Amino acid sequence: MSQNTAQVNLKKLKPYGDIMNDGTVQLCFTLPVEPSPEAREAAIQLCEKMGYDQIKVATMEKAANGFSLFVIYGNLKHTVDFTQIHVVKVDAQKRSREEIDELIKTRIGRKLVVIGACTGFDAHTVGIDAIMNMKGFAGDYGLERYQWLDARNLGAQVLNDELLKRAVAENADAVLVSKVVTQHNIHMRDMKDLMNRARQMGLMERMIFVSGGPRVTHPLALECGFDAGFGVGTRPSDVASYIVEEFLRRRDLALLDEGAGTAPAAATVSVPAPVKRSKLAKSPIKKAASRLVGKSRIAKRPKTRASSKR
Amino acid sequence: MAHLNLDPGKIRHCRELARKISAPVESLIDSHTTIAIERATLRLLGVDGAVSQANQVVPEVNVIIQDLQKSGGLEHGILRWFVNGMIQTKMTATELATQVAKRKIKLRDLPQAPLEEVRAKAHELCRDAVERLVEAREQRDALRADLNDPFDPTGRNGPLLYVIVATGNIYEDVIQAQAAAQAGADAIAVIRSTAQSLLDYVPHGATTEGFGGTYATQENFRIMRQALDEEGRKLGRYIRLTNYCSGLCMPEIAALGAMERLDFLLNDAMYGILFRDINLKRTLIDQHFSRRIIALSRIVIHTGEDNYLTTADAIENGHQVLASQFINERFALHAHMTEDLMGLGHAQEMDPAHPNVFLLEIARAQMTRDIFPSSPIKFMPPTRHKCGDIFYSHLMDAMFNFVGVLTGQTIQLLGMATEAMHTPLLQDRWMSIKNAKYIFNGAKDLGREITYKRDGMIEKWAEKVLDETVAHLEMIHHKGLFRAIEERAFAEVSRREDGGKGHDGVMLRAPDYLNPFFELL
Ligand code: B12
Repeated sequence: MSQNTAQVNLKKLKPYGDIMNDGTVQLCFTLPVEPSPEAREAAIQLCEKMGYDQIKVATMEKAANGFSLFVIYGNLKHTVDFTQIHVVKVDAQKRSREEIDELIKTRIGRKLVVIGACTGFDAHTVGIDAIMNMKGFAGDYGLERYQWLDARNLGAQVLNDELLKRAVAENADAVLVSKVVTQHNIHMRDMKDLMNRARQMGLMERMIFVSGGPRVTHPLALECGFDAGFGVGTRPSDVASYIVEEFLRRRDLALLDEGAGTAPAAATVSVPAPVKRSKLAKSPIKKAASRLVGKSRIAKRPKTRASSKR
Repeated sequence: MAHLNLDPGKIRHCRELARKISAPVESLIDSHTTIAIERATLRLLGVDGAVSQANQVVPEVNVIIQDLQKSGGLEHGILRWFVNGMIQTKMTATELATQVAKRKIKLRDLPQAPLEEVRAKAHELCRDAVERLVEAREQRDALRADLNDPFDPTGRNGPLLYVIVATGNIYEDVIQAQAAAQAGADAIAVIRSTAQSLLDYVPHGATTEGFGGTYATQENFRIMRQALDEEGRKLGRYIRLTNYCSGLCMPEIAALGAMERLDFLLNDAMYGILFRDINLKRTLIDQHFSRRIIALSRIVIHTGEDNYLTTADAIENGHQVLASQFINERFALHAHMTEDLMGLGHAQEMDPAHPNVFLLEIARAQMTRDIFPSSPIKFMPPTRHKCGDIFYSHLMDAMFNFVGVLTGQTIQLLGMATEAMHTPLLQDRWMSIKNAKYIFNGAKDLGREITYKRDGMIEKWAEKVLDETVAHLEMIHHKGLFRAIEERAFAEVSRREDGGKGHDGVMLRAPDYLNPFFELL
């Protein structure tokens, strides 16, 4: 930025139009009253209450009998301290398909089983297909393409109960859930219901629960009891990277709990260096991680399963 | 209008192939019935009540048909038992239905009148029912004639402005629909609640809670029809009403739509199979009976080929859409529908980043118009490549409107800038209608002013899609429709003949199957 313009102040961040800190925002909304000078004034007062000044009504249109539509510009008075912002994010190093396959092969030594579905009455398959099917998404191959993942896509309209039964029957390591329809928060209702059932069935320890969809975020997923959430533009390798890392992280935690002496049978090639607790505690997915620290989650896996190669 | 130079021989060949493909399915249709057809039959006789069962409101038709299916005998047709019941008890259809649904009368336990008497009485009842449908149709047509009606199936008057409402609450939908009509919409579709298509009953009464849409019920149809009639009278313009005739209750929705004077019904021979995982046979048998009702009531159907392009790539799979349109056309003809009732569907769903994408879209839209010149083509907007950038999205819709008016599409489902976010808000619809009005007016006669370059990119693309369609239909004919569907002939979806929901509702008809509607509709 040149010397003739103000520098961005990260401690007091505001929107930018054409002059630093002008706070310019464009708004569009409808009021359920006819257009009139009073309607215009009402719109301005609402914008003032939202924290704008220099409010300019660009247009007030009659959208229908009894409805006025506004396009408004205003300058926002508020600021936020950008330096103090903390967002809970999925914590996984981004790896390529080859790297992930290699990691599973060398450190786990058997295929990870991943079961996915679009649940409830939601019939949108394109999202879960993009993650799971061979073809993948945006040039990134889907989980079915991974040599060391056993990916099974159950499609859409799968009831929560059915999905969990299948996950148990097939000894899944990770369960992937897609939710697309969100009207009246139906996605959250369904997601919470699934996790309640999973908890009752004692699956939280045994499986990694991942959700995704255009309106899903990681914090929302955590709120619903999932281990992670992925939103718009997710690539299959993002999800695979997370699953592998989370799997290893849990196994390492289990190891710590049981004492470093007992190496897991599954780690056929190399036993990972025990992760320091302090490092884990700092992990941004603290909330999820802290839940893991209870008596070993991985230890509850059937012994035969942990050692058998698929 | 500018036309493409397509080989009429190939088009004829496609129709011939579609006829051959559907022939074996038609004999399946003619020899089977389903619980939904039997329920629709009762509904046509006026049975519209509901009973309370385990804290749930269950339609009487469901209880009656279910009980008879359990006790056996449904393969003879519900009317054989029900009309006998009317003879024995001397009750009207609605009185008897209530008694049977409350399980105070068991149809199978009643004495049996001579079959000839039952047949004659059934015929008479069905004839009266058909007369009621004709009356509803005439009432609807009279209102159209009374008001200004812009609809022309061949698209000569420019695309019809069609928008959706989907608040979940029928009373809120009315507000949104009337607002849309005031802004210039010609047709309103009330989108159904998520997964209604998987309910094996039609919910009862006015409803105020739905997800991603509003339940289709007879009472909701009535409420919206009345609201649009009123609004149309005020505006001096007939406003069309649309709903979904698909899913496990397809024939019943057709019956209710016909009674409540709907204008358009989304009705596709294969959509339920591919996108809702409803059993293949169930869907094909049900679509036929629903279309028989639709034919009588002269409702315009909209087929769902646009959906294929949401799961399969639109640039590569234009031939799937066209092949399916030929098959839909064929099934509609078999159900006595005329071409001016077949709103064959397609969509502008190609990747907007593809070079010259509008040339390819124009080719697809124009060839659909040219191959089905008498049908009211339904053109669906970009949805799949819509994202949260509503400004870009609005621009995509503008280009879609341009292609629509240029190529003479009949029914234009207007795209929404907020497609990737939510079902439309009042302001979304308003913006979208303004966009369409601007472009439809500004480019009104452009299609009459231009010609397509012989062997230019547009014509060549159309020719390629037509060639691929011939090959696709030949493949389907060779394998048979069922196996072809199993092997992903459409939308990259695979379905098996005996899989999917609702299979247990399909029955082979007994030799003495009784249902006079099959002669009267
Ligand atoms: C295609 C589509 C359909 C197709 C679906 C075909 C199919 N087999 O999937 C059809 C036509 C059948 C359909 C039907 C309906 N649809 Co629809 N549909 C869409 C559309 C146009 C595109 C969705 C899509 O495919 N996106 C592309 C994929 C790749 O993106 P994605 O899903 O976001 O997935 C990515 C990420 O989110 C993430 N992800 C997704 N899932 C998962 C899972 C995991 C585990 C992970 C890690 C990541 C992940 O990764 C993916 C790749 O990056 C959207 C509008 C839009 N443009 O978004 C509406 C939309 C989603 N539909 C909508 C609605 C309402 C419906 C219906 C309910 C309408 C109705 N009443 O009938 C029905 C649904 C019926 C039902 N039972 O569900 C609404 C939802 C509104 C809301 N917010 O609630 C939308 C937004 C349209 C709208 N504006 O009204 N639809």
